[in-house]
Amino acid sequence: MTILKPPVKREDVEALEAGDKVLITGTIYTGRDAAHKRLVDLLDGNKPLPFDVDGAIIFYVGPTPSPPGRPIGSAGPTTSYRMDAYAPRLIERGLRGMIGKGPRAAEVKDAMKKYGCVYLGATGGAGALMAQAVKKAEVIAFDDLGPEAVRKLEVENFPVIVINDTKGNDLYIENVKKYKRE
Amino acid sequence: MRSIPYNTIKEKVKAAIMEAAFIAGEDLMAGFKRALEQEESPLGKEILNQLIENAEIARKERIPLCQDTGLAVFFVEMGDEVKVEGGLLPDALNEATKEAYGEAYLRKSACNPFTRKNTGDNTPAIIHYDIVKGDKLHITFCAKGGGSENMSRVTMLTPSDGKKGIEDFVVQRVWEAEANPCPPVIVGVGIGGTFERAALIAKKALLEPIGKKNPDPELAEMEERILKRINNLGIGPGGLGGRITALDVHVKMEPCHIASLPLAVNINCHSSRHAEIDF
Ligand code: SF4
Repeated sequence: MTILKPPVKREDVEALEAGDKVLITGTIYTGRDAAHKRLVDLLDGNKPLPFDVDGAIIFYVGPTPSPPGRPIGSAGPTTSYRMDAYAPRLIERGLRGMIGKGPRAAEVKDAMKKYGCVYLGATGGAGALMAQAVKKAEVIAFDDLGPEAVRKLEVENFPVIVINDTKGNDLYIENVKKYKRE
Repeated sequence: MRSIPYNTIKEKVKAAIMEAAFIAGEDLMAGFKRALEQEESPLGKEILNQLIENAEIARKERIPLCQDTGLAVFFVEMGDEVKVEGGLLPDALNEATKEAYGEAYLRKSACNPFTRKNTGDNTPAIIHYDIVKGDKLHITFCAKGGGSENMSRVTMLTPSDGKKGIEDFVVQRVWEAEANPCPPVIVGVGIGGTFERAALIAKKALLEPIGKKNPDPELAEMEERILKRINNLGIGPGGLGGRITALDVHVKMEPCHIASLPLAVNINCHSSRHAEIDF
């Protein structure tokens, strides 16, 4: 079990292999497609981003609203391919990790190899379980997007598994092959 | 004519929507446990155990099972001797949706297709009506998540494609969906009708309890064949490889045009949330 504490260095993610189980402790940021579009628009306009992407980990999630007394509601991963159009731009800027579910496009995997970033899988549909690892949450940008706003999360031992490493390995492809029967 | 007050409907439906968000059905829990016995992959077992634990936490702490609490879909069976007193039935269902999603802190996921602006209260609900005989009103609610809905398809096959063509298309759809719809999935198949009718009966098929056999022996056999082929794909729980890619396959069939063979595949994730409400 590896522990990642953002901000993450390039060599830390380059040491990871597809299939490694990882626990994340520290600050991560949330963002779905609507937020990604705005982040990329800011980059296009040469404007500052609401958080430092260099060394950051982004969690693709749109949580349920926090009930009174809880930092967050249900918080599991959303499907990642919707962020594929935007992800390479953030990876270029030093994004080190993306947490989601489902396979990524070739361009994203190429950018991960080139700039040093990993794709981490979290269990889809286990939002109540995953919320237990979130200790604090705060909206830091795009409040008008509601569930899609960018949040800063403090997490403790947030469990993920490396799907795509920086060497081009893909856990989905490799593992499905093992169990496929003709 | 039996009349049911608008408010009675609204309140009961509202309570049912909330419960469905937090409480996994018994058929689903039994499906997870059966899957756990059959799963060979250690990682697959780990995921299934997480899903069982997730359901326990959701129930105990009243946290939604999944953060995508879905669009609100209703199937209404309305007796011809029932009337709603004090308002329109669709208004009652929309108001119940709005209040339940607000008060239970569920996620509002309805938005404008172009601007993507959230409607703010998870309305409009999607409502389908059937008129039946009698003085009863039966409403089925289902919270439909986007991840699995996005992997669903309608196609118009050629009659000569036959059963084999149908089964190939369904299996191929699940294969192409990969890890996206949160496997283990439940697959609803609608055969026949028209373009839109096939989709509707595919969604209705998703309401059948997991593990229930089709009363039509020919369809039951087809469900079994499709399920076997899907579980040979190797996608497994969470898409991380394994034996159990689907918990069940349900098929519904209706007559179609002599020139057509409409087919719809509606995929549901394991977070299969529904509720039955009787009046
Ligand atoms: S596909 Fe289902 S389980 Fe997965 S995130 Fe969407 S609603 Fe939740």
